[in-house]
Amino acid sequence: MKLNTNSNIYTFVYMTIVVVVVAVLLALANQSLRPRQEANILLDKQKQILGALKVDFSQANPAEVYYTLVQDTLKYGEAEVYVANLDGATKYVLPLSGKGLWGGIGGYLALDEDKNTIYGVNFNHESETPGLGAKIVDMPFRAQFEGKHIRNAEGQVVSVAVLKAGTRAEGQEQVDAISGATITSTGVSTMLETNLSEYAAFLNELPVVEEEIVEPVKEEEE
Amino acid sequence: MLSQKTKDTLLGPLNVNNPVVVQILGICSALAVTVQLKPALVMGIAVTIIVAMANVIVSLIRNTIPMRVRIIVQLVVVAALVTLVSEILKAFAYDIAMQLSVYLGLIITNCILMGRLEAFAMTNNAWDSLLDGLGNGLGYALILVIVAFVRELFGSGQLLGFQVIPQWCYDHGYENCGMMLMPAMALVLVGCVIWAHRAYNDKEAK
Repeated sequence: MKLNTNSNIYTFVYMTIVVVVVAVLLALANQSLRPRQEANILLDKQKQILGALKVDFSQANPAEVYYTLVQDTLKYGEAEVYVANLDGATKYVLPLSGKGLWGGIGGYLALDEDKNTIYGVNFNHESETPGLGAKIVDMPFRAQFEGKHIRNAEGQVVSVAVLKAGTRAEGQEQVDAISGATITSTGVSTMLETNLSEYAAFLNELPVVEEEIVEPVKEEEE
Repeated sequence: MLSQKTKDTLLGPLNVNNPVVVQILGICSALAVTVQLKPALVMGIAVTIIVAMANVIVSLIRNTIPMRVRIIVQLVVVAALVTLVSEILKAFAYDIAMQLSVYLGLIITNCILMGRLEAFAMTNNAWDSLLDGLGNGLGYALILVIVAFVRELFGSGQLLGFQVIPQWCYDHGYENCGMMLMPAMALVLVGCVIWAHRAYNDKEAK
């Protein structure tokens, strides 16, 4: 039997089979690997939160450390705030997301109980330039944020600016940008500003547990 | 052990028939991932594995592929492999998957893959195609590593993230070359590698 591999019908049937086989294969792989991938994503998120809290988890299981420290999650609509207990002191961890030069950037901002002083930050990025914008994940850049205040003297939330060394911010505290990575640095600055305004509900309330109000709403949705 | 032809298929792409410096393929990804050594190494390994696997698959089904849609079939094979590898990496080596991020997807458009599938796998048996894929992938990785080595060393004074240029040099006025971090420098360096390669091989030929 000799098939004419150039006939229209053959081409059509061949492509259909190829595409179906590939689709089934990829769907199977996706389905079977998904639980592991989701576990990895969750673990990565927990590690990043621990990084923002400056907890050393190299000697222990990160997930265990995470669950002993972070016991509460406050919800404000879409926004989530993680409440951690570090040696008796309460820290709030706020997830951040924004845009860098090539793709998304994100991070976690850990605040002290006064909802003003920055305890620590952690940043991540999708595809910033290695050696330039990608330096936002490194300690020298992140360490600058520690001890800065997100509020001005009047108590309004004004964020912390990321500025080129030598320039001064008006009415807010600042850290140095990464030289050669202006757009990524500005991205971090903008991310902090816009995200903090989204957390206004959390930042402007006095430290009260908001759990009871959130729970019934969740049940209705289900 | 290996016949002359097998040797040529496997080792040729490392030098006289290198995909980057002789065939001038895969230049764009060479610019993107060579700022540091580690992503360059990982990218090199990923491309080697995928080009070898794609070569074997296309070679096995080469007689059934309708000529008019062969490029589409090759593309489907490559895209399926890249997606599969990225899913597996996300499940078992999450850190590496994050490190490669978009570049992993960009392997689909790496011209080395299409070039080898079209030029070699469509007309050769599976074993030769495997060797050709490995050879070309390694040839690509070799150039990436050379360029990344120079760029990371002079651009950030580091290799694989470890500081190699001592603080002493910085104290005495040495500075990292910021130019090395720019994509344009990768092109200049690839040019230098091509120059050195041509000069050496022309001498050999005479």
